[in-house]
Amino acid sequence: MATIRFTPNLAKHRETPTIVTPGTTVREAVDGGLAQDPLLKSYVLDEQGRLRKHVNIFVDGTMVSDRSALSDPVAPGSEIYIMQALSGG
Amino acid sequence: MDRLHVGTRKGLFQFQRGKSGWAQSGPPAFLAEPVTALLEDPRDGTLYVALQHGHFGCKMHRSSDGGASWEEIPTPTYPVSDAPDAPALEMIWSLAPGGKDQPGKIWCGTIPGGLFVSHDRGSSWEINRPLWDQPSRPNWFGGGYDHAGIHSIIVDPRDPDHILIGVSCAGCWVTGDGGKSWEIVGRGMHGDYLPPDKAFDPVGQDPHLIAATASQPDRVWCQHHCGIYVSSDFGGTFTEITDVAPSNFGFAVIAHPSRPDTAWFAPAIRDAFRVPVDGRFVVTRTDDGGKSFRQQSRGLPEGLSYDLVYRHGLVCDDTGERLAMGSTTGNLWVSENGGDDWQLLSSFLPPIAQVAFA
Repeated sequence: MATIRFTPNLAKHRETPTIVTPGTTVREAVDGGLAQDPLLKSYVLDEQGRLRKHVNIFVDGTMVSDRSALSDPVAPGSEIYIMQALSGG
Repeated sequence: MDRLHVGTRKGLFQFQRGKSGWAQSGPPAFLAEPVTALLEDPRDGTLYVALQHGHFGCKMHRSSDGGASWEEIPTPTYPVSDAPDAPALEMIWSLAPGGKDQPGKIWCGTIPGGLFVSHDRGSSWEINRPLWDQPSRPNWFGGGYDHAGIHSIIVDPRDPDHILIGVSCAGCWVTGDGGKSWEIVGRGMHGDYLPPDKAFDPVGQDPHLIAATASQPDRVWCQHHCGIYVSSDFGGTFTEITDVAPSNFGFAVIAHPSRPDTAWFAPAIRDAFRVPVDGRFVVTRTDDGGKSFRQQSRGLPEGLSYDLVYRHGLVCDDTGERLAMGSTTGNLWVSENGGDDWQLLSSFLPPIAQVAFA
């Protein structure tokens, strides 16, 4: 089981509980872990399932490389951190 | 209509007209979040707001109690595709209620060029495929944004299946069957940014905003990228209005709700100089169908100013006497006499995208 945690900046928009979920890839973990809250999922992925341009996902400290298919592997016990990129405005 | 919603780059503000005049009412909602569209549905009072989070995408919320509390609802989404450049929602640009006998039906115009409909107060959305699948779609292009966008949705009060939309940049489209089929209209408009032999191509046009006279909706006014136009057949054909001082460039237009020959505009110099002519900020008003215009400036800045009014930043109420105007400089004005006199409500707001009376 992997653990998904969120940037605190997302908590002002949506409840972001720590989620424990199965999955061997980021896609499986995110799809499964966020299935209960499709609106929360929409903050992370667009409707095509791609990682939003200004959102990053780290798995065990490494930024994912496949932002479209989310095929980066996830191991049992992995820590998945969903964070925002920095931008101004 | 004693309430005024103001959608800004950094939140949704509300003003209220009380015994001592207009004043801000309550704290802003969605503070620091960009508001791109809002609608208070006159049929049931539901308030809808569309946001564009910098990081987390476009979002929608609705309120059933005038903005005291909010509920997040799904946004429109584009058809899922494996294509690497599959479209995704970039901005919600316009919201319009369906007909009086269609409770809960909402139309939504977006970038990239999508028209969506909800039949359940925004709880779910479906894309209008007949428009999305138009053969001309590859020729649609962005006006100020990466992709084309639908900013104007006019539902004919005589027949809610008769709908005219404005697209930047893909001209004006009309349906007579509730969206089952669409026809490109807007003949007569020309874009001087197009190749000369394509200048009158209806699909290449950039109508910045179109607005219909509520009591006589065949009359449609258009602030186009290249001038001001008027139509007498619900947007089928347009006639250009020339010799408009101080300028025929701008984004906003109001059609008077009951006088088809009356309209207002908020001019800027031209596309490469989106500031008032000579630094003098005015509103222009015609009462004779565009034969003549007068400039309205009492209460507007007396010195140099650089305000620009976006498409949805100039509106009037049901009487046509009360107007509101918000600028990208964050100035907000109201007029109680059809634009002859303006009162500054605030000069410290974030850049204003939309104002709406309720």
